[in-house]
Amino acid sequence: MLNDIFIAPFADMISAPDFLMQVLWEGLVSGILYALIALGFVLIFRSSRIFNFAQGIMVVFAALTLVGLFAMGIPAWISVGLTLGVMFVLAVAIERVVLRPLVGQPDIILFMATIGITLFLIGFGETIFGGENKVMITEELGIPTGDTVLEPFNGLLILQHLDITVVVVATLLVLGLLAFLNYTQMGRAIRALGDDHQAALSVGISLQTIWVLVWFIAGIIALVTGIAWGARAGVSFALEVIAYKALPVLMLGGLESITGAIVGGLMIGILEKLFEIYWGQPLLGGNTETWFAFVLALVVLLFRPQGLFGERIIERV
Amino acid sequence: MLYRTAGQFKTSYVADQALFTVKQDAFLLGIILLLGWVVFPLTASEFTFQTLLIPILIYALAAMGLNILTGFAGQLSLGTGAFMGVGAYACYKMVTLFPWMNPIIAILLSGVFSAGIGVAFGVPSLRIKGFYLAIATLAAQFFLVWLFEKWSWLYNYNASGAIQVPNLEMFGVFVSGPQAASVTEYYIVLFVVTLLTLLCINLTRGNLGRTWKATRDMDIAAELIGINLMKSKLTAFAVSSYVVGVAGALYVFMWKGAAEPNVFDIPLSFQVLFIAIIGGLGSIMGNYLGAILIVGLPVVLNVVAGTQVFQMSALGAAVLVALVAAVAFLGWVARNGWTIGAVAGFAVLTLIYGYAQTQGFRIDSALIEHINVMIIGALIIFFLIIEPHGLNQLWRLIREKLIIWPFPH
Repeated sequence: MLNDIFIAPFADMISAPDFLMQVLWEGLVSGILYALIALGFVLIFRSSRIFNFAQGIMVVFAALTLVGLFAMGIPAWISVGLTLGVMFVLAVAIERVVLRPLVGQPDIILFMATIGITLFLIGFGETIFGGENKVMITEELGIPTGDTVLEPFNGLLILQHLDITVVVVATLLVLGLLAFLNYTQMGRAIRALGDDHQAALSVGISLQTIWVLVWFIAGIIALVTGIAWGARAGVSFALEVIAYKALPVLMLGGLESITGAIVGGLMIGILEKLFEIYWGQPLLGGNTETWFAFVLALVVLLFRPQGLFGERIIERV
Repeated sequence: MLYRTAGQFKTSYVADQALFTVKQDAFLLGIILLLGWVVFPLTASEFTFQTLLIPILIYALAAMGLNILTGFAGQLSLGTGAFMGVGAYACYKMVTLFPWMNPIIAILLSGVFSAGIGVAFGVPSLRIKGFYLAIATLAAQFFLVWLFEKWSWLYNYNASGAIQVPNLEMFGVFVSGPQAASVTEYYIVLFVVTLLTLLCINLTRGNLGRTWKATRDMDIAAELIGINLMKSKLTAFAVSSYVVGVAGALYVFMWKGAAEPNVFDIPLSFQVLFIAIIGGLGSIMGNYLGAILIVGLPVVLNVVAGTQVFQMSALGAAVLVALVAAVAFLGWVARNGWTIGAVAGFAVLTLIYGYAQTQGFRIDSALIEHINVMIIGALIIFFLIIEPHGLNQLWRLIREKLIIWPFPH
């Protein structure tokens, strides 16, 4: 038993380093997607203290809209543009209809409202585009689909071109976002709002504009994630499970921290893959990916209640 | 007028803190109990039992359990579905291991197991707070459902991986399983729910309830005035999980008849959370109101949408218009200007929907399902906007107004 837990998995790793690299690579790719979703989440939480449960559904909704528009005969790249438009309209609508009347309510009410948005978007998306599984328009968007086979350690390492594209695009998106947040006026306004609402309002930052902007950015991130994940697994509402994966990422990284979202996402992506392959499947009957991330985050949180990168919690009476 | 309190004098503190400070409240409760215990069982059809009465009671009970944790003790939990599952599986194991056991005792005991698991997952709440805790409870949700699937001892190694409720007898009457009559099941559910409601009302009014409320309002301040936070939070988890577990056992044994692990997945948790929040956090009655809305609404929508006959759709439209009127009235009572626009929009949608129905515009059932989900999502947002404190608060406002009626103040 002890051998199975503490020795055998590591022996397996060392004896087949090419397979280990394959596992790590796949973990990295899903980790980057988790990080992306968590990032959209962190942006919204920082600027409005809203725990946005709908982030995962926005991913599915964006992907569905894209595929649905393409199915109507609109060229692929124009569909992407139109989908961005839809996400913008969605951001404005959410701000006007949901957030504005609920401003200043307790956190849990706003959280519930985002669950309401989640349900609405599921129903709305299925009503308009149908509930059946769809195929992402990978080739039409010019995303490469082949694979490259490397041979490290005399073994076999298969890199899907799709995954490489995902990693590159996601990295660029994150860098772009960081640049936007650090070097533009709007980005600084978002960060100011995250630091102190009252102070930000008093220097003339418009809450409404920023909220729309933040939700729109979350929408863009959702579209990219949706394309990437949809190309791997097909587009349907089953995709929303990846939304749940973003939650332990947030716990681990801290709800306010952008660095935390990225590091936490990569950590969880890689660790859960390692655990599933080397411990979950041989010892626990597999499919441990549904809960491993949560339990990992729970254990980390017992020692650091604010997450790895969260702001230190100072409580006063 | 109906609620005039003139002449009802209180001469002691005990009277002032009694359960019913206004006589009419007790009278109203009497009517509701009469309806529940006598009128409904005599008049309800099989369909009403199975789609409305029994699920409303069970969901209300589950929401009450969650409400104790979230509404009274302030610990947000997203793992309700899994704790219901623990209750259901515990009950299943008990009745299959000890077939001589009285089913009601088994159901009431099954809560003890979920209480134990609840306390175990409640321990992190001593260090983790707010949304971090909410995500931590998701760990329980996903882990337990995974366990229900993988640990075959739990479902007696049967091939389907689901638990199947056996025929259970009590005093020569089938109370559970395929051969039980709906009315028997209803009475058992009603008995358990009444019992636990009484328990919850008294717990929340007593010493324990006050320590929970203090913990909810500000746990550090509560600690400073001498409340043992560990005891307060863990008892909240225990009582809450107990009630939720019993609700889970009832859910499978008295309603569904069989359950696969994925029944207890996260949508169930959210459904119960909706009921608790729309009903009103920190209230007991709100759970019932919320359950009536969340369970009843899809049924109404389905009945409305499922009938293609002209008269029936007209009837459906009338029901929806009545619903809108009721909501509008509530909104008027709550004096929220925003309501009018939303109600108007809802009414217009209803009319379009009704018109489409009368034109024989056939909607397939999958589409109805999607539209239902959408409407429920919209309604949740709508109710949160008109009254973030839930239906219970709306009722309280109405009651206050009735007490001083016809005077405005």
